[in-house]
Amino acid sequence: MATVELKDVRKVYGGKVEAVKGVSIDIPDGQMCVLVGPSGCGKSTLLRMIAGLEEITDGTVSIGGQVVNTFGPAERDIAMVFQNYALYPHMKVYDNMAYGLRNRGTPKDEIDRRVREAAGILGLEDFLERKPRELSGGQRQRVAMGRAIVRKPKAFLFDEPLSNLDAKLRGQMRIEIKSLQRSLGVTSVYVTHDQVEAMTLADTLVVMNSGVAEQIDTPLAIYEKPASVFVAGFIGSPAMNLLAGEIAENGRGVKLVGGAYLKPRDTVLPEVGRSVLLGVRPEHLTLVSDANNADFQLKVTTVETLGADTLAHGHPVDGDPKSSELIVRLSGDVQVRHGDVLPLAIDAGKAHMFDAGTGKRI
Amino acid sequence: MSARVTFPNKILPYALILPQLVIVGIFFYWPASQALYQSVLREDPFGLRTTFVGLANFRHVLTQPSYINSLQTTAVFSIAVAFIAMSVALLLAVMADKVIKGKGFYRTMMIWPYAVAPAIAGMVWLFMFNPTMGTFAYMLRSAGYAWDPLLKGDQAMILIIAAAAWKQISYNFLFFVAGLQAIPKTLIEAAAIDGAGETKRFWTIVFPLLAPTTFFLLVINTTYAFFDTFGIIHAVTGGGPGKATETLVYKVYHDGFVNLILGDSAAQSVILMVMVIALTAIQFRYVEKKVHYG
Ligand SMILES: Nc1ncnc2c1ncn2[C@@H]1O[C@H](COP(=O)(O)OP(=O)(O)OP(=O)(O)O)[C@@H](O)[C@H]1O
Ligand SMILES: [Mg+2]
Repeated sequence: MATVELKDVRKVYGGKVEAVKGVSIDIPDGQMCVLVGPSGCGKSTLLRMIAGLEEITDGTVSIGGQVVNTFGPAERDIAMVFQNYALYPHMKVYDNMAYGLRNRGTPKDEIDRRVREAAGILGLEDFLERKPRELSGGQRQRVAMGRAIVRKPKAFLFDEPLSNLDAKLRGQMRIEIKSLQRSLGVTSVYVTHDQVEAMTLADTLVVMNSGVAEQIDTPLAIYEKPASVFVAGFIGSPAMNLLAGEIAENGRGVKLVGGAYLKPRDTVLPEVGRSVLLGVRPEHLTLVSDANNADFQLKVTTVETLGADTLAHGHPVDGDPKSSELIVRLSGDVQVRHGDVLPLAIDAGKAHMFDAGTGKRI
Repeated sequence: MSARVTFPNKILPYALILPQLVIVGIFFYWPASQALYQSVLREDPFGLRTTFVGLANFRHVLTQPSYINSLQTTAVFSIAVAFIAMSVALLLAVMADKVIKGKGFYRTMMIWPYAVAPAIAGMVWLFMFNPTMGTFAYMLRSAGYAWDPLLKGDQAMILIIAAAAWKQISYNFLFFVAGLQAIPKTLIEAAAIDGAGETKRFWTIVFPLLAPTTFFLLVINTTYAFFDTFGIIHAVTGGGPGKATETLVYKVYHDGFVNLILGDSAAQSVILMVMVIALTAIQFRYVEKKVHYG
């Protein structure tokens, strides 16, 4: 149990590829930090630097207040769960879990006690004598977890541990991991590109983009106040609608590229003439009863019926179909069809404004 | 698993395996059956008459002290060659796995000895350790070691073991390198995180996972040491001094083609065949059980 601190951590592969470009994160003791971002953004690289599997080009990694840059993976006293589980295929489940303890010279009865305790927590009692190949994906995943928890390490590191499981099992394991991490109180770093995992697991969420931490905050804060266009587009599903335009005169709101005007309520507008990206989440557009209360009219082009929700794709009636495409999340009982025109209002205070040049939140 | 390919045509499958069958037939079954046939015949010294003698040749061979000697020689030689060739190759492969710069070059250089013909390899070693003009022989002698493989049986044995093992190292190396590459990197990393040092990782993770490769090479190397080392022995010691390096294969040749005792020689080759079949069967039956395939 310990804090994990990264200070300006950089990684350059072979003197050329800069995979991580100076990331600083403070993870308080017992908390779970989730790194999320698109493929190739440097999540695994960052995690592997914390684990000691990858050399740190610049900056410092501290675990429990101690700089561990020069420590090997074993000395850092962390445990890692790999995407492919990395179970030792020639060892029984029991030995897989006991391996790390044996290497550290733990007494035999203590090993036995801890392995059985972990197996009990994870529901693996009946599988201790099996080889990994005789287990299902979910069971293997549990063994990998078991191997991590028996050691009682200072920190858990997870690299997309659930991505090899089917959707249902993934949801179930996600909850188990969360409650396990909570009850053990072990500081954790969790890498994923699944935003549901990211949102539900994180105490602190780090959104990464090409080697940079774009935003570090609680999941809700990131959802409500994305710091950049990238974060806005990455967190939330379906993604936030982002419409290019410029601030119009006479308080008419934002003049979209296609010609339509949109005026978000309760939103402070920047100076007239500034190029912006207006962001509105699909769930923050509301169907209103008559056109007078509407902020704009949406011409529907495609409808996706999901059951609980209905997603309507379209564009403002007076806007350009290409550049001002929008998605609206409607309640599942609303009947919408291709070609309909929907009067929509933007929920008060739920619009986001980003600078078109820098992509930063205004 | 992939579906089995089926041919609608009845003849085509047979036509496709025909070349293989022909080759195996001409170069294995036919000579083997000839040997079997010869082994129950006895030819008079002038080669004029052959008589059927049943198992007399076998009885004769198995009671010869020189045959028992040859059996022991072969056992020592084969075990030593297989063990040395495999362990040195494994060591080199593990080291090659760590090389980052010039990996390809290093591997290519390691594989070259395999391209050397056995007799040539033998000659090279013979020259190096020739008591009168060999560089290494000179070095050994100036270090105070009485080196003379032409007179001392155990030294001759060491020489052919070294030459035969050296020749096979490249082959083993190649397979070990491939085997090592097939072990997922994350397993090694997981073991490192689990607190296993380099040596521990090798013996508890890498070596057990290499078992399929090691087992395959064990079979190949045993057969190699039994049969394919003939050229080396022939070039280096000719089975001598005395009969110190006369392995079973060499004795088959010597009795059959030098001493022209065809019946004995044929009986010996039949015994040899049975032995190798039995050895391989044992390896598959008992050793393979301990092998973990992926
Ligand atoms: N050993 C390496 N040598 C050179 N470049 C590397 C190496 N490993 C990773 N990279 C590069 O570093 C960048 C980040 O890789 P990383 O594996 O951290 O991505 P990731 O965020 O984990 O992606 P994914 O979600 O696909 O796992 C990538 O552009 C990748 O090509
Ligand atoms: Mg990754």
